[in-house]
Formats: sequence, structure tokens, C-alpha cells
Amino acid sequence: MALSRLSSSSAGSNFIKPLSAALSLRRPISSDTTTFTIETSVPFTAHNCDPPSRSVDTTPSELLSFFRNMALMRRMEIAADSLYKAKLIRGFCHLYDGQEAVAVGMEAGITKKDCIITAYRDHCTYLGRGGTLLEVFSELMGRRDGCSKGKGGSMHFYKKENGFYGGHGIVGAQVPLGCGLAFAQKYSKDENVTFALYGDGAANQGQLFEALNIAALWDLPAILVCENNHYGMGTAEWRAAKSPAYYKRGDYVPGLKVDGMDVLAVKQACRFAKEHALKNGPLILEMDTYRYHGHSMSDPGSTYRTRDEISGVRQERDPVERVRKLLLSHEIAAEKELKDIEKEVRKEVDDAIAKAKESPMPDPSDLFTNVYVKGFGVEVFGADRKEVRATLP
Amino acid sequence: MSTCVRKFGRWVSLVSKRGFSTSTCIQEDASQQSLKSLNLCSAVNQALHIALDTDPRSYVFGEDVSFGGVFRCTTGLADRFGKQRVFNTPLCEQGIVGFGIGLAAMGNRAIAEIQFADYIFPAFDQIVNEAAKFRYRSGNQFNCGGLTIRAPYGAVGHGGHYHSQSPEAFFCHVPGIKVVIPRSPQQAKGLLLSCIRDPNPIVFFEPKWLYRLAVEEVPEDDYMLPLSEAEVIRQGTDITLVGWGAQLAIMEQVCIDAEKEGISCELIDLKTLIPWDKETVEASVKKTGRLLISHEAPVTGGFGAEISASIVERCFTRLEAPVARICGLDTPFPLVFEPYYMPTKNKILDAIKSTVNY
Ligand SMILES: Cc1ncc(C[n+]2csc(CCOP(=O)(O)OP(=O)(O)O)c2C)c(N)n1
Ligand SMILES: [Mg+2]
Repeated sequence: MALSRLSSSSAGSNFIKPLSAALSLRRPISSDTTTFTIETSVPFTAHNCDPPSRSVDTTPSELLSFFRNMALMRRMEIAADSLYKAKLIRGFCHLYDGQEAVAVGMEAGITKKDCIITAYRDHCTYLGRGGTLLEVFSELMGRRDGCSKGKGGSMHFYKKENGFYGGHGIVGAQVPLGCGLAFAQKYSKDENVTFALYGDGAANQGQLFEALNIAALWDLPAILVCENNHYGMGTAEWRAAKSPAYYKRGDYVPGLKVDGMDVLAVKQACRFAKEHALKNGPLILEMDTYRYHGHSMSDPGSTYRTRDEISGVRQERDPVERVRKLLLSHEIAAEKELKDIEKEVRKEVDDAIAKAKESPMPDPSDLFTNVYVKGFGVEVFGADRKEVRATLP
Repeated sequence: MSTCVRKFGRWVSLVSKRGFSTSTCIQEDASQQSLKSLNLCSAVNQALHIALDTDPRSYVFGEDVSFGGVFRCTTGLADRFGKQRVFNTPLCEQGIVGFGIGLAAMGNRAIAEIQFADYIFPAFDQIVNEAAKFRYRSGNQFNCGGLTIRAPYGAVGHGGHYHSQSPEAFFCHVPGIKVVIPRSPQQAKGLLLSCIRDPNPIVFFEPKWLYRLAVEEVPEDDYMLPLSEAEVIRQGTDITLVGWGAQLAIMEQVCIDAEKEGISCELIDLKTLIPWDKETVEASVKKTGRLLISHEAPVTGGFGAEISASIVERCFTRLEAPVARICGLDTPFPLVFEPYYMPTKNKILDAIKSTVNY
């Protein structure tokens, strides 16, 4: 059930990953690791650097894992939508469906020793970093089994052991943090890099430019990844940005524009970016992508863009459908098998939700933990003024 | 509501519609005005319509405001006044406020919206170091008195860490700006118009919990409510309660419950946090001998601490009990524990009883 089992943790053509038993039994070809190449949907557009090749190495097994992982993310987000509407998820909740290829492709191009830091649209990035569905749904519902023990909620997912630094609510704030992570990586000479993700809206925050300068000045192995879904809440990119060519916004920092709906292009770009950053310092990756849902649960997502625009993207650029077509046209899988995978992930999601619902709420005393390393002699009472009580040393 | 006219308190109608006016107001009889039932969001919207209508040198801007903003408070403004005067900004709070200061320095009324009070911090430097000190450090050559920053604040039941905070106390530590928080639709309209027309930069926090919830009869015309004047919204003899914004709705219920137990509470809406109306609070505490302050922000370093210290200085010999503060807890605003965090009715009632029985 853990996505990490299927997602690539090693870059390059020698990608070898065990597939789930169910899959490999049914179809030996799914564990086929013979390398072949596929052209990216569109060429990369580069700013101040030579773009990587459009021919991307992959294997049948990798492609199938891409399909599975993206289908799982898609299903997870749709389920989160329903849970929110059923009021089982409270707080703010931002869904990632449409953008799955970025999370999945990125993981295929890097390792878990590389760091990722992102904003609040973090469910799928977390899953890509090896998080489990149970942790996702528990966190969403504020339960103890959540990845932040139920204390963070939708916007605050973290996974330290796999280099996932979260999960940040203030638009743009995570990007300078990414520079700090990259500095530490550079200092320890461990040949790892940081991917700091932000949106097209966030690209207009002053902090972005501060981070760019710092990263370039100190040659940090930092990759600034602009997930350009073309809207910051209700604001279309052109309304907010004089230059919506975000990959060029670094001026002296090179950039690459990537079809963020093409998981193979994302993988190629991230691998390229890592190499580049270790040798030459920072790089901007602009991922041209799209979110299907509204900005958050209170946004129907249809007032500032046309339904035709959304259905057009779904029909022509959908990341899951793209991989489905590749699998079929290369005769790696049959239609029925892909449908079965979708059924499987649906069940995985349902099972995880059922389990998460059984996870207990955090203990009321957890309200006071983690404010500081230790409490400062806090003694307080809950709303009932008697029963619920927490005392910390 | 029968208490409607009383609640108008000191509302005043505007005479001077051009130029920065603070004191050129006249009293009028509330009952002569045409009233309309409005929620707090619509009252804010109406105030903005009036502000733009009465002064061609006024502007409204912020993230998504020309589409109405996330809470719909700016609905219709762009259609009526044009995109030159009502416009979206990029997502950049520091830039928004800095821009507003410059615009105001040229003699305009710059009405900036920060989408949530939780997002005001990127602009904190501009507010504290630029806006608040412009007049002082230029020896009165320059000021940005036309600047009003609107920001929705406070809990909404399940907003979590970054859609719930009450950051007013940070700004109360800054001489040179005013901080104003309304409790109701009527108050919101009158106070916002006063803020927009006040010759000082102001941070105006709107209780977002009440945007749709609070509905009240609001005069349709142009009126202003005085700043730095607190209002006794309920008379009492045993204890003085001081609060502002959404918390007053809780405190009003507490007053009713306390009355059932034979305790008579006097409730004061502070409205302007700096510079605040010490006299009204002092007079009340001298009468009741007891004081309780309640706010949603964490208790430590909250504005309640300042009120408490000032009142102890002024009323030391008249106090019959220690000043009580029932506030948010000293934790980040929590996601799943909001009911524990909040200064709820029962917590306040308990504190009232123990203060009265001290
Ligand atoms: C400093 C700050 N200002 C405003 C907000 C409210 N807000 C949350 S997300 C968002 C839009 C961000 O758009 P973008 O960066 O494109 O990311 P996307 O939501 O498209 O992933 C805004 C305005 C915030 N969280 N932080
Ligand atoms: Mg965006």
C-alpha cells in the first residue's frame, strides 16, 4: 500500500523495483526492466542553459508504476474531497489532482536523500516521498495516526526520514527555507540537492527573489520548482505577473520550462536539474501544469475559468491518461489490466479511510506539547473546565 | 430588536466628505434614518461603496478584491468604480502595504485588503517601520494617514493554524498606527468609514466569524463612529467586562447567564485598541471594583495585559479582586483543539464568579 514500494528511489536507467505481488503474478511484463526511450510531449524551453534531451529512458515497469502511483493520488484526492464535504476533514484543504505528474516524475529523477519542501498543496508530494494512505487520511481528519500526529492537518504534512520538509501555509515562505536546506547539504558535501516548490502566485512574493539571489550568490544546490497551474486562487497568472515566464524570472539563474503534465519530462528535468545544481548552483524548473479542483474546498473553481478550459486539459493533457496511452501503445499492458489497477487503488484508498476513521483523536494534552521542547508548567482546563486537563512539567 | 436604537450609541452622520475629517461630525437621531438589515460583510461592502463614492481619490486593492475577495466584502466595487480604483494586486503583502503607504503619501485614501490577518506578517515591517513612523521621522512633512489596512481575523470554528489568528496585540505595540475592531454590522460600517477618513494609518481587523452570522439593522446613509471611544454596551454593577470584535458576542451571552446567578455585569466594547479609551474603562471599574478582559489571542502579551496594567495603575485602591483575563491559550492556534483553546462562555462565567467571590 505504501507508494514508496512502487515509486522509484533510484535515478537512471538501472531502475529496478519490485512490484506488488498481485501485479507481477498477473503479468510478468510489468516487472520488465528493459530500457527503451520515449520522446517528451513538447521540447524543453531553456533559459541560460542547454536543455536536456527530449528522449527519456524508461522501462515498462517504471511506466506501470507511474500509472499506478498517479492513479492512486488521483483517487486519494477525490476521496479527500468527499470526506471534506462529509465534514470529516475540517480546516483548509487543497487538492492536487491534475498535477500528479510533477510529484511522481520528480521522485523518479531524484532520491529520498534529496530534500523536498513545498506549500500547502502537499498531500501527493507527501505520498511521493513514501508516506502512506493511512497517514494521509488520518492527518486530514486530525487523528493520532496522521503524519503530524493529527496536529497539522491538510496543509502540514512532513516526513523527516525521507527528506520531506513539508507542508507550509504562508505563500512563498518555504522557498528561502529551501535555500537553508541546500546550504546544509552543500556544507556536508553529501551530493544531495533541495527541491523547493512554489506556485505561480507565490512567484510574485518578494521572498522568491531573496531566495534566488541567496541561492545564486552562494552557489547552493537548490532547485526552485514553480508548479505553474496558471492560477493563484482566482487570479490567472497574467493578471498577477508581468512576465509569466517563470523559468526566466531568475535572470542570472538558469531555468527550464517543462511540460508538468508529462511525467517523463518531469523525471528528465529533475534528473537534469540535480546534476546541474550540484555542478553549477541553482536552477528554476517551471512545471506547466493544471489543477482540476478549485483552489481549496470553498472554491468551486469555475468562476474565473471556463468549464471548457478544464475539460480541454482533461482531454488533451491529463497526466494519467497520457501514461495509459503509452502503456497501451507500447503494448506493456492491456486496457483491462489498467482498469484493474484503478480498482485496486480505489480499494486501497477505501481501506485506508476505514482504518483512519478508527484512529483516535490526539490526546487533549497534545494541545500543549511541541510548543517548546518542554512545557513551561502549563496547567489548563478544556472547555468543560474540569475533566479535560493537562499539566506539563 | 428593541435595543437597536440604544445600540447606536454615539453614531454620527458625516458632513465633510472631502479632506481628512475627524471631528467635523454632527449628532443625529438614529430613528430618522432608513435602516436595512445587513450582515457584517455587506456592511463592510456598503462602507467601501460610500468611501469610494464620496472621495474620488480613494482606492481599494488587494488579492482578488476586484472579484469580490475571498469573503465577498468587495463585491460590486470594481463594476461601479472601475478597475483604475479597485484592483487586484499580485500575491505580495509586503508590496501591497508598501504601495499603499506611497499612494497615501500623495494625499490619497489607500484601502488595502490583506486576505487573512494571518497573512499580514509579510507586511509587518512596512506597517511598523514605514507606515507608523513616516510622520514622526519626517517632522510632519509626510504621512500616510490615508492608509487603511483591512484584514479578517479570528476563529471560525475550524480554520486551523493559518486562518484563525488574532494578531492585534502585535500592532498595539506600535505608536503611530491605530488598531480598530468592530463587533457588529452597524459598528463595522461606521468605524470603517471613520478609519478610512482618519488622518492616521489604521489597521482594521474584521471578525470574519461574524461576516455572515451577525445581522443587524444598519443605517443606509453615510455615517461615522468615533475612534478611541469605548462603548458601554450593557450596564452593570458587580464587574466590568472588556472585549472587542467577535468575543463580545460570547461575552454578551455570559452577561445574561451571570445575571441569572445574580451577578450584574457591565460590558464594554473597546472598539479602538490604540489609542484606547482608558477613561471609560476606568470609570466603569471604579464603579464595579472588578475587571475581566477577554480576547481570542493568546493570553501572554495580549492586549488584555496592557489594559490590566493600566487599570491597576489607575484603580488600585478601588479594586476588590485581581484583574481576570480569559483569553486564548499560550499555544499556536490549534486545528483539532479549537474548543479548548478558545475563551468560551463557561470559562468566562467561572472567572466572573471567582472574581466576584474573591
Ligand atoms: C502570505 C500569504 N498570503 C495569502 C495567502 C492565501 N493564499 C493561499 S494559497 C493562495 C494562492 C497561491 O497560489 P499559487 O502560489 O499559484 O499556488 P497554488 O494554490 O496554485 O498551488 C493564496 C493567495 C497565504 N496563504 N499566504
Ligand atoms: Mg497556482
